[in-house]
Amino acid sequence: MTALSRRALLLAPALLAALPRARAAEPRRIVSIGGAVTEILYRLGRGDEIVGVDSTSQYPVEALRMKANVGYVRALGAEGILSLRPTHVIAIEGAGPPDALRLVEQAGVPVIRIPEEPSPAGIAKRVEIVAQAVDASAEGTALAAEIAEGFARLTAAREKVTRPTRALFVLSLQNGRPLVGGKGTTADAMLALAGATNVAEGLNGWKPLSDEGLIAAAPEAVVMMAHGPSGDAPDPFALPAFAAIPAAAQKRLVVMDGIYLLGFGPRTPAAALDLMAALHPDQAGSMQP
Amino acid sequence: MSVAAAPSRPLGRTRLRELFPGRRPLLFAGLAAMLVMVGIAALGLGATGIPAARVVAILAEAAAGRPAQGGDALIVLQVRLPRLLLGLLVGAALASSGALMQGLFRNPLADPGLVGVSAGAALAAAATIVLGDALLTPLLGALPFGLLPVGAFAGGLLTTLALYRIATRGGRTSMATMLLAGVAFGALSGAVMGLFSYVSDDRQLRDLTFWSLGSLSGATWTKIAAAAPFILPGLVLTPFLARGLNALTLGEAEAYHLGVPVQRVKALAILLVAVAVGASVACAGMIGFVGIVVPHVLRLLAGPDHRMLLPASAMLGAALLVAADTVARTIAAPAELPIGILTAAIGAPFFLWLLLRRQGGLVL
Repeated sequence: MTALSRRALLLAPALLAALPRARAAEPRRIVSIGGAVTEILYRLGRGDEIVGVDSTSQYPVEALRMKANVGYVRALGAEGILSLRPTHVIAIEGAGPPDALRLVEQAGVPVIRIPEEPSPAGIAKRVEIVAQAVDASAEGTALAAEIAEGFARLTAAREKVTRPTRALFVLSLQNGRPLVGGKGTTADAMLALAGATNVAEGLNGWKPLSDEGLIAAAPEAVVMMAHGPSGDAPDPFALPAFAAIPAAAQKRLVVMDGIYLLGFGPRTPAAALDLMAALHPDQAGSMQP
Repeated sequence: MSVAAAPSRPLGRTRLRELFPGRRPLLFAGLAAMLVMVGIAALGLGATGIPAARVVAILAEAAAGRPAQGGDALIVLQVRLPRLLLGLLVGAALASSGALMQGLFRNPLADPGLVGVSAGAALAAAATIVLGDALLTPLLGALPFGLLPVGAFAGGLLTTLALYRIATRGGRTSMATMLLAGVAFGALSGAVMGLFSYVSDDRQLRDLTFWSLGSLSGATWTKIAAAAPFILPGLVLTPFLARGLNALTLGEAEAYHLGVPVQRVKALAILLVAVAVGASVACAGMIGFVGIVVPHVLRLLAGPDHRMLLPASAMLGAALLVAADTVARTIAAPAELPIGILTAAIGAPFFLWLLLRRQGGLVL
């Protein structure tokens, strides 16, 4: 076994050099890792070329239904990906483990990495990199322009918000303890895009919020993600501490689909506009174009 | 139990010819056959279907020094073979360390984590993930690759050394003190881990979770080259402690009067466990269950003689972990399950079945 492994170790570079490289003439076989990547690929008209997706690729719905599932974005296996004989692996930043993706690269499959930056500029960059990787520069330019137009409309609408709503994003309510989105989270970026004030901006990242902190923050609205196919979320106002905040008086709870709301892909301008309308109902009339 | 020994030499040391006593050739032959079968299955099965004949051809070509061509060869030689070897090393290290700890503590519930090595490694890994980003990324641009396993290994080793120092007074190590100090350190490390997960961001938190789940995914030749020098010597040396551990089952004082160098056996056992488990945890994360259950299964099958128990545990542990890994990467292909789920799912029912079968005659 040791003699074998030593030989194999010495052989590895020769082996890798001998591998046939993916040629441009072959049909593309893309493994798409990350919900936003899959969404962009479909919008670029490259959905047919996807052979595998990760489990966060939940939009469009057909992605997970039609394509092989290589697992959760942070628990990938090199062999699983290679078994799909991909010509391209396009992965969101943070996909891994790094060793698995490195093995995929060693097998001669280029791994294109998409940066994580929850902002309009970040989305534009994502579209550009994905479009370049799959030879869709014309489609990419069109999609980028469409997204930019969406953000322009969003900005125009946001300027009409005279009084930003003080909102709180609640990720989960485990044991009645809210886990909320502080500074640096996608939720914080989304609330800013929607013209709202994040009352949890004093916290860094996703953090549990104490009852007293919640009461002191005094959010006027609570935003949550829909859970399950029913689209329900647990009712936070049933909890005593939540009952004491301004949002409870008018039962102002906004529930939205998680991937739509926090995915930072092509649908983000629309999601931000929806969130803005939901958070500022009195000012919504002038917002929707 | 065969502790009766020739009085002419110290009982602590086991002679080479005693390591595989003639009384249990069937057991060792069975374990060896199991290892070979599991190994062949591990190389042949996976998300990509490769016929057994092709696997053998690829291995033969590689062994003969001729580079095999194509993706099949790459998957066998660069993905499956390193994974198989890492699984063998880690499984053997965890199970033989478990047998060592259970013998040393004379407690069937002892596991390799008892000497603080897992908690120390986990703490160091968490510190590397969370603090490394804050302290090193600004200096180096990115977290240097390989820092995490090195940090985990050092953390595990340092913790064990510290606990050993705490438990040693006047050249005598109190196992009870070491156990209690280990419990205290476990609580402390839990608290600090909690603090780390509180201050960590979204990405760091997910890294922490997946590291603590354990996986053989991402096994590379580099990792094996790094881990083998720490694990293999332990596997070779461990069986030589068998006679000392056999004598220790009677009690420390009794073993001492039988001529066992008790202190040396303790120090060596702790060192071997800390190094082997530290390297395993550093390469594969936390994989539970193997270390605690494999020695029990063997004790139920073949009795409590450490001359059998230590080498057999290494073999069965290696086979179990490789089998679990093969299932983990096949059952949901092309996705993978975390291996800790599989070690428990394969091992626990078998263990329970053994317990039920032996009900009444249970010897620990």
